Amino acid sequence: MNTKLATILLLASASALAACAKKAPDDIPPPPLDTTPTPTPTPRPTTPAGPAVGTQAHFAQAVGSSTTIYFDTDRYNVDTQDAAALQAQAQYFARYPQITFTIEGHADERGTREYNIALGEKRANAAKAYLVSLGVDANRIAVVSYGKERPVALGSDEGSWAQNRRAASVIIN
Amino acid sequence: MKSALIAALLLTAAMPTAAFAQDLGAPIGEDQPVEKVGAEGTQEADEGISFTVTDESAWSDIGIAIPAFATDRERPTPANEAGTGALGREIARVITANLRNNGLFKPVGPDSLPQPAFAAIRAPAYGAWSGQGAEMLVQGYVTARDDGRLVVGCYLYDVQLQQQLVKEGWVVAAADWRRAAHKCSDLIFSRLTGESPFFDSRIAYIAETGPKDRRVKRLAVMDSDGANHRFLTLGSATALTPRYSPDYSKILYLSYVDGNPRIYVYDIGSGRQTLVTENRNPTIAPRWSPDGKHILFSMAVAGNTDIYRIPATGGTATKLTDTPGIDVGGSYSPDGSRIVFESDRSGSQQCYIMNADGTNQKRISFFGGRCATPEWSPRGDQIAFTRIAGDFNVAVMNTSGGGLRVLTRGWQDEAPTWAPNGRIIQFFRTEKNTGRSGIWQVDLTGQNERRLPTPVDASDPAWGPIRP
Repeated sequence: MNTKLATILLLASASALAACAKKAPDDIPPPPLDTTPTPTPTPRPTTPAGPAVGTQAHFAQAVGSSTTIYFDTDRYNVDTQDAAALQAQAQYFARYPQITFTIEGHADERGTREYNIALGEKRANAAKAYLVSLGVDANRIAVVSYGKERPVALGSDEGSWAQNRRAASVIIN
Repeated sequence: MKSALIAALLLTAAMPTAAFAQDLGAPIGEDQPVEKVGAEGTQEADEGISFTVTDESAWSDIGIAIPAFATDRERPTPANEAGTGALGREIARVITANLRNNGLFKPVGPDSLPQPAFAAIRAPAYGAWSGQGAEMLVQGYVTARDDGRLVVGCYLYDVQLQQQLVKEGWVVAAADWRRAAHKCSDLIFSRLTGESPFFDSRIAYIAETGPKDRRVKRLAVMDSDGANHRFLTLGSATALTPRYSPDYSKILYLSYVDGNPRIYVYDIGSGRQTLVTENRNPTIAPRWSPDGKHILFSMAVAGNTDIYRIPATGGTATKLTDTPGIDVGGSYSPDGSRIVFESDRSGSQQCYIMNADGTNQKRISFFGGRCATPEWSPRGDQIAFTRIAGDFNVAVMNTSGGGLRVLTRGWQDEAPTWAPNGRIIQFFRTEKNTGRSGIWQVDLTGQNERRLPTPVDASDPAWGPIRP
């Protein structure tokens, strides 16, 4: 059991590294078509005065854009790009076992309200199941769906919708 | 005794905090009954003109004169600071707006008409009205009783036939004077069209303010014409998808007040709320059964959403659907025997019908595009839904999935709700990019569409039944 877990974690970190190497910064999400700037905190070189462990800033500094995964229209499956991001998250959560977090599931505005809440629930649970399969204790993960109620990109275009179809991991303080 | 007193004091002290934690405003109180009385008059209504309007035919235009309601003597009333005479004019204005706003009639209101004297209410000057081109005449009176309540009488006359068609009277609390105007509108509407009434009804909805990424969504209610608007929640938590109980005593709605989407039963009289089911799973899409005895809701377990039914008084939930897809929403047929709901089990949102116990689930929508938020008409023969085919539009079909008719042409028109008489549908329309939303209504011909006046942006309308 322990060796199996260790193997999974090793594999996970290997693919996470591979994913990081492959990925240029801002690879995901797709570039927005509108003019709304996406506020992405620029990863800084590690300094002693960085954000504290247990904060969202620390998590974001460690995994970069991998705090959030993105979905196709009406889909909730974890694709290879999502898998790489979730592996980076799993590594982080393995390193800081005291941290608990919430996965927030979201949908774009081009769906009906109730269906979108159910869809966001499915997306967040898909991300949770993947993290659990990588060895993160299910008891550390809360899940909530906001449907289409909390968009991050505000345009009504494909680029904005792609950014809003997401499952975001948020550290519980 | 002493400890009980202390406990009571503690409870009282704790209450405002508890109310705040639930995001609830002050209770608005339950409906007061409207007492029906015989309007004064001797002549019983004869069979006048009467016609039934079918869905496909256009409505006829009828010129209706609605002069100010008369009063026997000018008295002060809490309903109008200028007295009963001014109130009579207001009542005629409300009736005029009701009849005009639905595109069915050509009403002319009190501001451009002579005012009949109290004695003329039961003996109209037919010749004079005929000379003004009126085909129909609505007259009425308002009197203030010593107990502060109002008596409102309403008469409909056919000017050409010189005949009284119908009359009725109501006793209402001063604060409920608009209800008398709505009852009178319903009387006229029903007599002239053969349709069931709908004006004296209320709408629960979500009031929206703020920018698109920080939208504040509050539970609110209003009369069918947009008047008597009230907020029920404070806005610290997102509220969505309300539904009035059939007796108007409660509202089911979704709130994020504890951080998760959960359905609450809000009691209008006491202003308190309880969870529909004690459960750690998210619950969404609440609906009443037509008799108010059951609540339909959807619950996600490990990400998978299915439809459940629970007694309105609490108890054990029964699972009605069981597929890996999203099964959500649901709306009872008027007799309570069947449920129309949406499911993506086929790969995209489509509409299905099942028996009320969950058996015999069958897809009914096969016309291309997606079918979402189905709502069974109170008349039983039609289902309104959100049709997703590029844009989102409100459409109707029959209960076999045939006879598709798309009624609206907005960019995103969503979540239809039926008027109590099944003649008119309200829905909400969202603007592209800005995310601004408003409640609109459309009749079954699709030709008479208008936006409802709301103090702020609005969505998720839920039309209640005709008030008792």
